[in-house]
Amino acid sequence: MRYDRQITLDEVGVSGQEKLSKASVLIIGVGGLGCPAAQYLVGAGVGKIGLMDHDKVSISNLHRQVLYSESDIGKSKALVAQEKLQQLNSEIEIVAIEEALSIENAEKLFRQYDIILDGTDNFETKYLINDACILADKPWVYASIYKNEGQLSVFNYQGGPSYRCLFPKTTRQNVSCEATGVLGVVPGIFGMLQAMEILKIVLGAGNVLSGKLKLSNLLNGSEQILKLQKREEEIEKIKENGIIPVIIECKISDDSKLYLDIREIFEQPRITSEKVIQIPMSDLDERLWEIPKKKEVFVFCQSGKRSKKVVDLLKAEYGFENLKNVEGGIDTIISNS
Amino acid sequence: MKMTIKYFGMIAETAEKSEEILDLKSGFSVQDLKDLQVQKYKIADPEAVQIAVNQDLNSNLDLKEGDEVAFLPPFSGG
Repeated sequence: MRYDRQITLDEVGVSGQEKLSKASVLIIGVGGLGCPAAQYLVGAGVGKIGLMDHDKVSISNLHRQVLYSESDIGKSKALVAQEKLQQLNSEIEIVAIEEALSIENAEKLFRQYDIILDGTDNFETKYLINDACILADKPWVYASIYKNEGQLSVFNYQGGPSYRCLFPKTTRQNVSCEATGVLGVVPGIFGMLQAMEILKIVLGAGNVLSGKLKLSNLLNGSEQILKLQKREEEIEKIKENGIIPVIIECKISDDSKLYLDIREIFEQPRITSEKVIQIPMSDLDERLWEIPKKKEVFVFCQSGKRSKKVVDLLKAEYGFENLKNVEGGIDTIISNS
Repeated sequence: MKMTIKYFGMIAETAEKSEEILDLKSGFSVQDLKDLQVQKYKIADPEAVQIAVNQDLNSNLDLKEGDEVAFLPPFSGG
């Protein structure tokens, strides 16, 4: 039998396996954390698993997102993961959601699942998951990585603290694994720890990490569990006002230059500077006149790809000779202080 | 009063250490200690940094001899 080796455990048994088969988990972000979590939850026979990711597989993902292969580069993460995981277990339902989580879709989507797993790499989405979980009354399993360190907790579980109870003040220091560098093992371990918390919640076994924050440094081997305080006002304000969007603002490190930000207005972080002209790519046609032609203007987007297209197009079609693309996108020009 | 201070994430990097022992004058509050270290190590975005005293993130604790104080920034990687 497929699940024999876990049914043998006292914590699982036939009734526990039944609970797993009736459980549903939504994984937000099928990356360094989400891939290993998904693999083990699929293996364990969780009945329904949603895989939400709007991103595509890139070659620099492969060192840590080992679910994917070289032949998957350029393909949708949600679709590739769904196909591969369905091969691991054909008895469960796996749903691919090729969308970004947003204020509009979060609460409605969360209501369709029992537990939410945070596999994201930015503060905006973590606060969004938090708020939508409070509104939909769902627990969520959080993890975040900084280089060799990780944080793990279960929020909004049986009246326990929320993410805003831990970090009531948002920060503009969004640091992804892409930016800092990370060994693939680190999110791998934390993704599996998240999967373990989910199994404990579903089985009603052991001690769920609610009201506590686990910190591990996998490089020096130190580990701590901190006690979390519930801040009622942080939870009540969400219940009263709904989701509170987090806007991350950044400064430009060299503001002697002039910039053109062609990202859409929902893309973060936002830049607050007079030296940045903001014209989303979708509005460029009508607002070309706002771009100066005589001064040097540095054009940027999130990664440097769209801005390169824009620079080439404006040069070829409209004679802008003064535009330069910011290779590597916004991360290369923002100030970290 | 001597106490052990632990640093996590980016704070450990700017402080160039993950732990140190400080001898503070009595009456020093958690906020006093935070202000001091924020200045000393140029800790970015101090409002977002959380402080745990003896593994407890409850912010209304007093400091005493032998305490272990942790400086915890939010992380976002995944």
